[in-house]
Amino acid sequence: MIGLETLYVAPASLVAHAPILAIVIPLLGACAAGLSPGGRSAWMICVATAVFTAWMSLATACEVMRQDAVVYVLGGFQPPLGITLRVDAIGALLGLLISVVGLLAAVVSGHSLVAEIRKEKHSLFLSGFLLCQAGLIGIVYTGDAFNAFVCLEISSIGTYALVASGGASDRRALPAAFNYLILGTIGATFYVIGIGFIYGATGTLNMVDMAARLAAHGQSAPVHAGFAFIMVGLGIKAAMFPLHGWLPGAYAYAPSLITLLLAATATKTAIYLMARFLFEVFPDGAAASEVFLTWILGPLAAAGLIVCSLQAIFEQDIRRALAFSSVAQVGFILLGFAVGGDQGLSASLFFVVAHGLIKGVLFMALGGLTIGIRARRIVDFAGIGRDAPWTVLAFSVGAASLVGTPLTMGFLAKWQMIEAALAGERYWIAAVMVAGSALTLLYVGRILEVMMFREPAPGAPRAKEAPAGVILPALVLGGISIWFGVDSSLPGQLSVAGAAGLFGVRP
Amino acid sequence: MSWFIANFNYIVVVILMMTGLFIIFSSANLIRRMIGLALFQSSTGLFYISLSKVSGGTAAIVVPPDSAEARALAAQLDPAYVAAFGVKGVVYANPLPHVLILTAIVVGVATLAVGLAIAVRVREAYGTVEAPEIDDLGRSVTEGPENGR
Repeated sequence: MIGLETLYVAPASLVAHAPILAIVIPLLGACAAGLSPGGRSAWMICVATAVFTAWMSLATACEVMRQDAVVYVLGGFQPPLGITLRVDAIGALLGLLISVVGLLAAVVSGHSLVAEIRKEKHSLFLSGFLLCQAGLIGIVYTGDAFNAFVCLEISSIGTYALVASGGASDRRALPAAFNYLILGTIGATFYVIGIGFIYGATGTLNMVDMAARLAAHGQSAPVHAGFAFIMVGLGIKAAMFPLHGWLPGAYAYAPSLITLLLAATATKTAIYLMARFLFEVFPDGAAASEVFLTWILGPLAAAGLIVCSLQAIFEQDIRRALAFSSVAQVGFILLGFAVGGDQGLSASLFFVVAHGLIKGVLFMALGGLTIGIRARRIVDFAGIGRDAPWTVLAFSVGAASLVGTPLTMGFLAKWQMIEAALAGERYWIAAVMVAGSALTLLYVGRILEVMMFREPAPGAPRAKEAPAGVILPALVLGGISIWFGVDSSLPGQLSVAGAAGLFGVRP
Repeated sequence: MSWFIANFNYIVVVILMMTGLFIIFSSANLIRRMIGLALFQSSTGLFYISLSKVSGGTAAIVVPPDSAEARALAAQLDPAYVAAFGVKGVVYANPLPHVLILTAIVVGVATLAVGLAIAVRVREAYGTVEAPEIDDLGRSVTEGPENGR
């Protein structure tokens, strides 16, 4: 174990309140950034807030490592009646992912915003960005099912507006944002209806309590209906195939910073909630979740992995290609759920973090490359490797990790997944995973080939190297994904502990 | 018939929900789709409120025990029901779903506001709020700076 504990120093009074501070400070920062007069001051507030949030999430993660799960009682109302924040290993891991990616994105925003958003909107944009951060961290930290909905919507409403803000440079962002809003809201409303059913059956909203009561009372029709509503709702939010219709448009036309945020963290939190409900709240072995995993989630995830990888191969627009790749990788993650068991789940959770980092690097580098030029199609990036070697280096690190080159986190993630599938004797799942990885190589290879070896078209706008403020964060993120590929003890231990935690709550 | 009356609220919830979803997916007009969305969300409101109903329960505002009002409310309860469940004093509806749906309504209003704002921007950028026309315009402009602000 690398000494995570030595990485931070925080006074005990802060540590005691770290989970709630990680949510409240971005919320307050969002207000401050929105009210600040200029883009520059808003950016400083944003970065300061992001630094503090990352610090607090690190403090929370250290506490979780020390004592298993941190329970923070809000307002002094004791659980199960009061709302609690309950951070376990997987919540802490995702909280770290969100806040670290958020911090780097905040740093990058200083440069990438200038080209895409009108100057007087910068402070509002950053305000929305922080709002989104607060919601995302809230989702992974909360122990209350309804509170999770509220946080989900805080982050979603933020992202709808932020995706739409891409309309300043490309008007297609507007219908894409509208579509995203409609589907996202349907998803969230389905989730609320599902929670209503479960609340009606159990009389509690606290997830741990819910799990205990469901285990005691057994299954009934309302519980099954609630389960179905929750899974479809979260499936839309997580862009589970075939509910991913909103995703390619939103990724392709949103400002690059928002694509980065969406790809690296937003869909991941929905997957996290899904895991929480599938494995913690609904007892496994019970009819509903077992049938769902074997007959619905598994086949759909497999279809998504193959179909969307193929779509990524034939896509001309680079951001749409990466967006389809995201849907395909979501399929990969959900296949891990379908494998089930401690091993499958921990591999999935590890993959969630790996993919968050990978897409973070890819979209960050891509955003850096497109600061000066309006390039969308893959052929527009011909020969860019010579003009912007450092940015393309960062992109390649992400790409290598996406393919699963050894020594990267992506490799370990895929390896663990396939190992889990073989150990669980789900050979068809392992076969689909291998096929999906091979398809990944095709579309990533095609993009890299164009970037590195093609001659640029004569007269085409030449890309410049991205500013250092973009390259450095991208390389840091890429470096993290390689570091975790070599020494995976931090995410590995947390995801194993997280999987055990999700399974272990049950009596 | 008694089943119908007992489940009347839930039947309305299902009808509202399906009407809302149908409007969302069948309309090409962005404003109509927002209306469908609002209808769909309000069905959740009715669902939660129906869920919180307790037979004979009054609004969840505490009545001072032993006051005339409390006695009057308790007297209204069905004696068989009181005996069966051992009810003492006033029965209240479950307030928690009310609070939950209040939150959900606020979230719904915020979503609606953002959605309509985006529809306004769509109209500014495309000159129409009909989805097929927007798609056509979107396809005809594949590259280069577009209008909008």
